[in-house]
Amino acid sequence: MEAFTTHTGRAVPLRRSNVDTDQIIPAHWLKKVTRNGFEDGLFEAWRKDPSFVLNHPEREGATVLVAGPDFGTGSSREHAVWALQNYGFKAVISSRFADIFRGNSLKNGLLTVILPQETVERLWKLVEADPAAEITVDLVGRQVRAEGVTAEFELNENARWRLLEGLDDISLTLQNEDAVSAYEAGRPSFKPRTLQG
Amino acid sequence: MGRTLAEKVWEDHVVRRAEGEPDLLYIDLHLLHEVTSPQAFDGLRLSGRTVRRTDLTIATEDHNTPTLDIDKPIADPVSRTQLETLRKNCAEFGVRLHPLGDVEQGVVHVVGPQLGLTQPGTTVVCGDSHTSTHGAFGALAFGIGTSQVEHVLATQTLPLAPFRTMAITVEGELPDGVTAKDLILAVISRIGTGGGQGYVIEYRGSAIRNLSMEARMTVCNMSIEAGARAGMIAPDETTFEYLKGRPHAPSGDDWDAAVEYWKTLATDEDAVFDHEVYIDASALSPFVTWGTNPGQGAPLSASVPDPASFDDESDRHAAEKALEYMGLTAGQPLRDIAVDTVFVGSCTNGRIEDLRSAASILDGRRVAEGLRMLVVPGSVRVALQAIEEGLDKVFTAAGAEWRHAGCSMCLGMNPDQLAPGERSASTSNRNFEGRQGKGGRTHLVSPQVAAATAVLGHLASPADLDARTPVEA
Ligand code: SF4
Repeated sequence: MEAFTTHTGRAVPLRRSNVDTDQIIPAHWLKKVTRNGFEDGLFEAWRKDPSFVLNHPEREGATVLVAGPDFGTGSSREHAVWALQNYGFKAVISSRFADIFRGNSLKNGLLTVILPQETVERLWKLVEADPAAEITVDLVGRQVRAEGVTAEFELNENARWRLLEGLDDISLTLQNEDAVSAYEAGRPSFKPRTLQG
Repeated sequence: MGRTLAEKVWEDHVVRRAEGEPDLLYIDLHLLHEVTSPQAFDGLRLSGRTVRRTDLTIATEDHNTPTLDIDKPIADPVSRTQLETLRKNCAEFGVRLHPLGDVEQGVVHVVGPQLGLTQPGTTVVCGDSHTSTHGAFGALAFGIGTSQVEHVLATQTLPLAPFRTMAITVEGELPDGVTAKDLILAVISRIGTGGGQGYVIEYRGSAIRNLSMEARMTVCNMSIEAGARAGMIAPDETTFEYLKGRPHAPSGDDWDAAVEYWKTLATDEDAVFDHEVYIDASALSPFVTWGTNPGQGAPLSASVPDPASFDDESDRHAAEKALEYMGLTAGQPLRDIAVDTVFVGSCTNGRIEDLRSAASILDGRRVAEGLRMLVVPGSVRVALQAIEEGLDKVFTAAGAEWRHAGCSMCLGMNPDQLAPGERSASTSNRNFEGRQGKGGRTHLVSPQVAAATAVLGHLASPADLDARTPVEA
């Protein structure tokens, strides 16, 4: 997992609440057998509409999604996080995230930032007025900064540390390699093996 | 204080314990299939990792595999891609695979036990919720998500949150014609589909001890339908007998050491469960579902319930919706429900004993006119055994279709599906809307009830047959 310290980028204002995972990535994309290549499925249904914000040329290359409340509700599919990341998003800002989606996002290195709805409103106004405006998401200082906006945010210390260090569950476990090897050395010989010899 | 079976197995697998963190548990056996593994392998590839213990990992193909014309290319491109991806991944990472056409191929939860890989006191995981099946051996076995599959592939461990313990004690003797399937359906309807949430269930009592290994697997298989993390049964002589001589069971000195260890696993007399449920086996009867979740069931002798009879508002609402989807009316006797299709198979009831019991009822009888009956062995080994015993002939003589091993009509992922509005009696484990095909209506039943239903064309138990349709001479 890539470490996340601080990120500055242009933003996409998504003025919708209750964006569920089916809207983020429709079910038929779940048949794919890889973890990448989901970028075209992101908000697939909405993107058929040329006026949808993601289709605006000035939003190309934006890396921060500023979304309405209750983002990521619905099924637990991790594909929703992968789709956002594959598309190029590094951080999502909302006043409220669905639990499982938030868990999945932090596990995969996508920073989900919770800010009060009025701050989200100000960010929306800012980036709608000026598509070139940049938002900085600073995990070290736990701050979101943009022109005229400085907002602190909370994140559980363990999750923050893992993001800062770029540690996913697997790399964390691999840090305990000694413990795993020691355990293996003590396993009885009668335990099952799938390969003979 | 004494410990429960589940707590003992858990403790024996703790690799690392730290304040404020979940325990890191060692995984003894990791089962893979084509549906939930591709992103896990892809994740390994993206991060340049390998499979830590290929010798504790095994893969088979089951969910997408057709049960007819298995020598022809698979028609559905998505199914084909998933199978091909599994084959590529297993070859690249050195994982043992039993593909379609192989003699050890079959439903993942049938394959593990029959190879003797599922053993008492082990931790078993698979990216599939019905991994709970393996708990029948006194293993701590549970389904995991794709990220966790990747975690186990890379590290052979999993960080896991603690669980609570529940004992379901079933005392007494099951009446004639009442099976493990009826028992577990009755349990789920009693505690509800969320009743087991957060718990590892231990099934105990004389009725459980008297069950064969195959019947125990049927019980543990459906623990997940009660929302439980896992289901377990303490290993005993029946377990050891089943395992002895299987290809991957320990042998020689290892066997003796293993049995000695296995015998220590039973729950201590003074252990305390967080929750206890008691069931009188002698009061049970053939049980079927009428709704769209496995908790919506009733004795076959009962009628479709009136949604108004449920005290709980959400139960009432769920019952209304279920009746509408199922096309049933309150008060209709369950025995009057006519079905179009009967499915015998799945990891719940696709083992040799299940086929034997269905065959014993069909022997000399005919499947009702216009009814389709599919018999799908859980694995190629089960199929071969059935053929050796002549069961396939019994099925085909009765007018049933004898198919190739796989998940088949348990879920609509392969060509075996219900058409919209079609109704089935199925020995599988889920009666969710659309589970067996879009718009399909499922009644969960035991293999005996499935066979009797196939003969009479409506939900029925073998006892109904004896009264009405004598076996042809
Ligand atoms: S038989 Fe059904 S429940 Fe069992 S693994 Fe296959 S699809 Fe899942």
